[in-house]
Amino acid sequence: MVQAVNHALREEMTRNDKVVILGEDVGVNGGVFRATEGLYQEFGPNRVIDTPLAESGIIGVSIGMALYGLRPVPEIQFMDFIYPGFDQIQSELAKFRYRSGGQYTTPVVIRTPYGGGIRGSHYHSQSTEAFFAHTPGLKVVIPATPYDAKGLLTAAMRDPDPVIFLEPKKIYRTVRGEVPNEEYTVPIGKANIAREGSDVVVFAYGTMLHVALEAAELAATKSINVEVVDIRTIVPFDIETITNSVKKTGRVVILHEACKTCGFGAEIAAQIAERCILNLKAPILRVAGFDVPFSYALEDEYMPNATRVLAAIEKVYNF
Amino acid sequence: MTLELLQVIKPSGELVAEMEPEIPKDELRRLYRVMILTRNLDTRGLQLQRQGRIGFYIGCLGQEAAHIGSAYALKPEDWVFPAYREIGSMLLRGITLNQLLDQYFANAEDVQKGRQLTNLFGVKTANYVSGSAPIATQIPHAVGVALAAKIRGDPIVTLTYFGDGATSGNDFHTGMNFAGVYKTPTVFFCLNNHWAISVPVERQTASETIAIKAQAYGFEGVRVDGNDILAVYRTTKDAVEKARKGGGPTLIEAVTYRMGPHSSSDDPKRYRTEQELEEWQKREPLARFRKYLERKGIWSEADEKKTQDETNREIDEAVHHAEKLPKPALETLFTDVYAKMPWHLEEQLRELREEKRQGDNN
Repeated sequence: MVQAVNHALREEMTRNDKVVILGEDVGVNGGVFRATEGLYQEFGPNRVIDTPLAESGIIGVSIGMALYGLRPVPEIQFMDFIYPGFDQIQSELAKFRYRSGGQYTTPVVIRTPYGGGIRGSHYHSQSTEAFFAHTPGLKVVIPATPYDAKGLLTAAMRDPDPVIFLEPKKIYRTVRGEVPNEEYTVPIGKANIAREGSDVVVFAYGTMLHVALEAAELAATKSINVEVVDIRTIVPFDIETITNSVKKTGRVVILHEACKTCGFGAEIAAQIAERCILNLKAPILRVAGFDVPFSYALEDEYMPNATRVLAAIEKVYNF
Repeated sequence: MTLELLQVIKPSGELVAEMEPEIPKDELRRLYRVMILTRNLDTRGLQLQRQGRIGFYIGCLGQEAAHIGSAYALKPEDWVFPAYREIGSMLLRGITLNQLLDQYFANAEDVQKGRQLTNLFGVKTANYVSGSAPIATQIPHAVGVALAAKIRGDPIVTLTYFGDGATSGNDFHTGMNFAGVYKTPTVFFCLNNHWAISVPVERQTASETIAIKAQAYGFEGVRVDGNDILAVYRTTKDAVEKARKGGGPTLIEAVTYRMGPHSSSDDPKRYRTEQELEEWQKREPLARFRKYLERKGIWSEADEKKTQDETNREIDEAVHHAEKLPKPALETLFTDVYAKMPWHLEEQLRELREEKRQGDNN
């Protein structure tokens, strides 16, 4: 998957000389996850810029570069380190178009690896997409497959709005898939039905898509036919695909590794309740991370797994 | 060097002749006119708020020389990143009284569509970037534009205004640091007006001056009498020319004083003395520049009266025009959040329209 990210960057940089990358260790070193490997050598120090170690500066300077007409794609090394730049994202990046009456725009794509599963402890494992989803003016995109990573990142780099592009680092190297060499995009704002089913629908994104698919296979052995929807973009999310799957199955499990309380699953559940509560045959269940900081030793207990998802599937199925 | 305070016109009006910049007489008169216009607009702005005709006002009383003199050193293609107290620099860069008053009244013709508090303003055609209330956040943007221009080979300079309070913020450090590392064509212009609402500059920093902080970032810091428009112009022009030639950034500390309240919501009598204000009244920038012009024989009592009357009339007209315009259209609550309105905003707009329609029927 990380190669798909690298390809998307390389190809778009070749096509559009306004695309610039900046961040910590993104240049000579090619990024700590190697997402920008080879780009410094190919495009030079004016397009792949190693920065001082300051996230507010990386994002603030990117905003300035975007105001000038460039297409900055800053990398924040881990999502856990994005908070020094949070003011720049909240107060500036997300607001520029609105507060200036549409005069100024800031199409910055902030790429950052997120999520657990790499034995990274608290400060290399969190999933805080809800902070960004709660900020009008940002789009929040989370690919779960190499194909989508390339297509969505390419779409993000052409989008007129700022995009928070969250890369599930656990599956950077473990999930493999065919990625076409040619140019393509995957539209922002569209979910994908990753597995068709009729009894229960599981909504998931990022790393958790694969957990949902695993749980669906286990459910199949118990003759429960599970649909799995990859949300892919959480702002703006694909309400149509979501409600269609709810109407089709009547039983809903929402899965994410972020903390449960005020996690994005709460928004999906509320939207379903508002729009199609009469289609439901069981309560909506959420399988999510616990409302605790991340643990180094008890990571496996924190992370939602297929067993836990299967239990939720069976619960709504047998309700 | 950074402790020295550069002056061209002494508070008495006396000239330090060898420091005098070359500015044509008409231009000197124009600069003074912009100062008067700014002062009168500022007085009117606060009045309009006190009369309940606009919601909020934040002014620049006493700081006119600092921001007008510095803006005068820029070319139209250069970019300005304001804080919010640099009203004269907007006028100098061609932002009109109508545009400003439409913004004050947050009406349907406001280019920002009524979305921001008074004087948090920007107009793209003037390369004057729409600011925000969080302090110091604009500083890295000025560095970003400068870095982008440098990469593209465009000979432009960016200038960012901020106050003494902003120098405590992380974005001041970050912006200065990035600018030093990449040697960007950026002028950091600090209006040290001695007060961040109620907190004096001594509580912002233990540095002897603000200018001296530049040393730590590897570039020059200079200190100028911010109430002396010619000294400000001269200092900024040097910094701008250096930046344009590839010499990198400069930090300018303009020593001035906020003679008014922080904003229409503030009462400075709670935290500072009348005596302090009186001291600064003696160094007031308009009177000082007027003395200089009169000594040169290019300004008279008649000029003064005519300009006061003219500027007040222009302001009257802009107020009259702005006040009678309606609020921005309902849909502007939802536009410009994104380039294209996504489904959930369309839905919320429909709901609001329905609520309004039902309200009208009741």
